[in-house]
Amino acid sequence: MLIGEVVGSVVSTRKDEQLESFKLLVVQVRDHANKPKEQYVVAVDAVGAGPGDVVLYASGSSARQTTITKDKPCDAVVMAIVDSWDVDGENVYEKWS
Amino acid sequence: MYLGRVTGRLVATVRYEGLESVKLQLLEPVNEAGRSTGEQLVAACALDVGPGDLVHFIDGREAALALPDETFVPVDVAITGYAEQAHVEGATLPQEAPR
Amino acid sequence: MMLADVIGTVVSPSEQVPALEGRVLLVVRPLTPGGDPVSAKPRVAIDTIGAGVGDRVLVIDEGNSGRQILGAPDAPVKTLVVGFVDNVEVGGRLVYDHAEAL
Repeated sequence: MLIGEVVGSVVSTRKDEQLESFKLLVVQVRDHANKPKEQYVVAVDAVGAGPGDVVLYASGSSARQTTITKDKPCDAVVMAIVDSWDVDGENVYEKWS
Repeated sequence: MYLGRVTGRLVATVRYEGLESVKLQLLEPVNEAGRSTGEQLVAACALDVGPGDLVHFIDGREAALALPDETFVPVDVAITGYAEQAHVEGATLPQEAPR
Repeated sequence: MMLADVIGTVVSPSEQVPALEGRVLLVVRPLTPGGDPVSAKPRVAIDTIGAGVGDRVLVIDEGNSGRQILGAPDAPVKTLVVGFVDNVEVGGRLVYDHAEAL
């Protein structure tokens, strides 16, 4: 999985009918030092994430292993909302600070 | 599968159902010399490994199969084992991250 | 499948993932047909043929095939060493010959 921040959402009225009911989030990837990268992905939300949330997303066929994305044309899914992480014992990100 | 080193832990209370019992750990894939390749991933882990450990991991759909209970879960990187010893090109990879 | 050289071994406490119990794990370096290293990180592969360091081998890196070969339908496996390479021919030219490489 990769860490990213939800920086927006996508509304698409004309799309493949199998994509209907998906909430699509724009996620900007962060590195492990919490620095934003110039790397974006549009991911289906499976956990109720919203703008400003730092999340984890899974890519590829793994993204179809949820009840809402099963057998659907989906290649990225937000599967967790991040509270905090540490690297080499030092706290890098804390949601509630 | 690849070799990597666990560099940290990640906490996420809101997660997709079925993932409650797995640990989430920061992971850096390593090259032949045991040095980080620069990639930074987050892996699901059901094993007794932690920051600093040299491990092997699997990516893609198979990653979910490395988890003990629920395997229909959206996980694309999972740790498959602790690399107690890795000999590559005649040398033993250091357990500690090379500086 | 891909061509690779076996460049190392990994020792792991085997009971952690049942499917890997008793399996030998090899570190392999992916190669071009001519034998040049591909700039990709080394992989850890499950040995199914008795290969060792120095062997040029065929490696499968796809889960369905891997699980079929091991006969383990739900195993977290993907990368397997499945054959020794005798020779490689590209465009009618022999680019690798095991007998000569010895």
